[in-house]
Amino acid sequence: MTTVPSSAMPSHTGVRWRSALAQNMPLLLAFAILGGLTAVYVGLFHGQLDAFPGSFEWTSIVNTAMPTVLVAVGQTIVVLTRGIDLSVGGVIDLSNALAATQMQDSVASMVGWSLAILAIGAAFGALNGVLVAYGRLQPILVTLATLAILQGLALRALPEPGGVIPASYSDALANPGGPWSLLFVLAVALGWLMLRRARIGVRIFAIGNDEQAARAHGIPVRRVKVVAYALSGLLAAASGLFLSATTTGGDATAGDVYILTSIAAVVLGGISFFGGRGSALGAIAGAFVLTVLTNVLFFAGIDPLYQSFFQGLFLVVAVLLGAVLGRLLRGSA
Amino acid sequence: MNDETQDTTAAAIDAVGVSRSFGGVTALAEASLSARFGEVHALVGENGAGKSTLIKILGGTVKADSGGVRIAGEDVTASGPAAARRLGVGTVFQELTLFPWMTVAENLFVGREPRGPTQLIQRRKLARSAEDVLARFDVHGIDPRALAGSLALAQRQVVEITAAFMREPRILLLDEPTSALAENEVEWLFGLVRRLRDEGACILFTSHRWGEVASLADRITILRNGTNVATRPRFDEGEAVTLMTGRTIDRMYPDRPAVDEGAEVALRAQDLGGDGLHGVSFELRRGEILGVGGLAGQGQPELFLSLFGARKLSRGHVEISGERARLRSPADAIRRGLAIALVPEDRKTEGLMLPMSVKDNLTLAVLGRISRAGIVRRKREQSFVEEAIQRLQIRTRNPGVQAVGTLSGGNQQKVLIGRWLLAEPDVLLLFDITRGVDVGTKHDLYKLVVELAAQGKALLYYSSETEEIAQLCHRVLVMREGKIVSELSGPDADAEALVAAALREEAA
Repeated sequence: MTTVPSSAMPSHTGVRWRSALAQNMPLLLAFAILGGLTAVYVGLFHGQLDAFPGSFEWTSIVNTAMPTVLVAVGQTIVVLTRGIDLSVGGVIDLSNALAATQMQDSVASMVGWSLAILAIGAAFGALNGVLVAYGRLQPILVTLATLAILQGLALRALPEPGGVIPASYSDALANPGGPWSLLFVLAVALGWLMLRRARIGVRIFAIGNDEQAARAHGIPVRRVKVVAYALSGLLAAASGLFLSATTTGGDATAGDVYILTSIAAVVLGGISFFGGRGSALGAIAGAFVLTVLTNVLFFAGIDPLYQSFFQGLFLVVAVLLGAVLGRLLRGSA
Repeated sequence: MNDETQDTTAAAIDAVGVSRSFGGVTALAEASLSARFGEVHALVGENGAGKSTLIKILGGTVKADSGGVRIAGEDVTASGPAAARRLGVGTVFQELTLFPWMTVAENLFVGREPRGPTQLIQRRKLARSAEDVLARFDVHGIDPRALAGSLALAQRQVVEITAAFMREPRILLLDEPTSALAENEVEWLFGLVRRLRDEGACILFTSHRWGEVASLADRITILRNGTNVATRPRFDEGEAVTLMTGRTIDRMYPDRPAVDEGAEVALRAQDLGGDGLHGVSFELRRGEILGVGGLAGQGQPELFLSLFGARKLSRGHVEISGERARLRSPADAIRRGLAIALVPEDRKTEGLMLPMSVKDNLTLAVLGRISRAGIVRRKREQSFVEEAIQRLQIRTRNPGVQAVGTLSGGNQQKVLIGRWLLAEPDVLLLFDITRGVDVGTKHDLYKLVVELAAQGKALLYYSSETEEIAQLCHRVLVMREGKIVSELSGPDADAEALVAAALREEAA
């Protein structure tokens, strides 16, 4: 019996700790950026108003971030399979339009329509998945097309901004009395951690790592992709419902901005667009970073006209920082 | 062949008249193969003979265009990898199939992770089970929590092999499992293979190293141009080579021309130091083939890359034709008449632009010389390309169109070398140019090396096969831990002496 030697991989704790740090660096960086930015926000707030942000401010931040959180987690799942989902904006449009026009102020109507809207989102997501996996089309093309279809449907359901969301629905989802929505964030995070450890989660990562290899390992690649896109559609619909609850009205184009913010949150969260690498927890942090950033720019007295200029600048610097740190850690580990 | 009819055991693998082509290129033409349980069956042939394709068809990842495949008696011609797995087929492919951004433990257990009552994967148990598995297979020094992509190539191959064996396959397909392994790791693998065979499994493997085939296989099937030409328990090497190539190679290694004592020193390395190099000095004359030997990973790639300006030197200097040369980048090296043909461990990344044409790949390094005012002169380009194809005997149908990626491995390597020959360098650094290529191509390459030396080129030559260095080189520098520990020449430099020199101090 021989022993396989190997080019001695030192396994003492220092090195192991360091490699764990290098592995999770993008995630840690996302939370570090969120922490730093939040500190800047609190500082600016205090400087301007001579008080600390209170329950109202935190509630508003959490409720504003919530739709981005949901859609970004869905986007993460698709990006992990090495895809991209542009149709999330259309799903949010349609969800918002349907909720504002259909929902009545009764428990049955609110629950019924919520479930129906979630089902519609998941169905469109599954359609994306089928076209990508079985039709072997490029994800960017497929979801660009379904985005347009969904936008059209949304405008048909609600040609002009209007409609009403029942106040009790708003209170239930986006309780203005306190940052209760954090519970939803927690639930999403828990759901993610479970997904990560479920069979489907491992399969999603495997596909993103190497689709050929996944197939060779007997993973049903096409079915898993359909599930991934369906989850993204489902979460985008949930995002649309939450957006409806916070805006209390309907606008068939309100979801369009979330196409790019969901991608930006994924980028900030350190999830690799080459697939197979990253955590939705990072995307959640990224969603909050984008929301807090808006507040920081406001308190810093930046002309709203220049907001996207600074948002873009911030994004580039953050991503560059991540890349440089990663290279340094890997180089020395 | 002789006692097939008396065979009472069920055939583990029974492929009949299997054909498959990829975009007009025939990989398999009516190939048949039969292998029994309880035997180790070797599949040998040149690059492009169809070995890998046949293995992929047996593993279910590629489907046959025509013909029939039975695994353990069941018809699987139209089934996928899942069916093959169900029938107990395990595979180690030539292209590694580990997930780089997942841990070793996750890779070992993909699809069969330990689960708790909630159906969720138990991470801690996963790592512990992986530790157990690695220990059970005598694999040491690999951390199950490390990302697969962070391992060295040999370690990745060891993980891949372990993953296949731990599933206790009844039929195991190994496509060039040893190409990335060191000798002791090869011994380890062979031990596992023999044990599995003695337990009644069927193992089908491919290798370009005849010694391995002869020592491990119970039966050998030879493929040529996509068809099986013979199956027997034993062949002598010459006969096998003839069957594989369709031509007789009477002498593998050509005679090397003598080196003129007074020949100019083309390359002088003086006390080179850097990452992995510690004070390396030598002289290389025109017309000389200077071998670099030693065990794998003793600083040889670092030396080649440093000389080519692709790695930083912290100490020492290089003289080219008596002049001190500062080589800060490959562009510097090329300007000074140096060229390198380097086939890295992982052949996937061998420096060719796979989707680009043979022509474009060949002329990449000489674009400046074949163009005027920035415009490529077609005629000149054409003659350059033709010359290279002619000289290296690259098998290509249409060099202007055919993508390099569709050539067989041996022909790809020829293109890589051809690119540098066109640049007409004085000094050629040849690093493992015969890795993973078949005997016919090897023979062509040896002839080329000797021919270049006869023309007065200076050649620095490294190979992972010691025999090759011994047969081809005028002198050999033996490296250990980034230093040159001895120099052998003439009759002293036979393969045994080289191995002894490489190991000498380690035994002490």
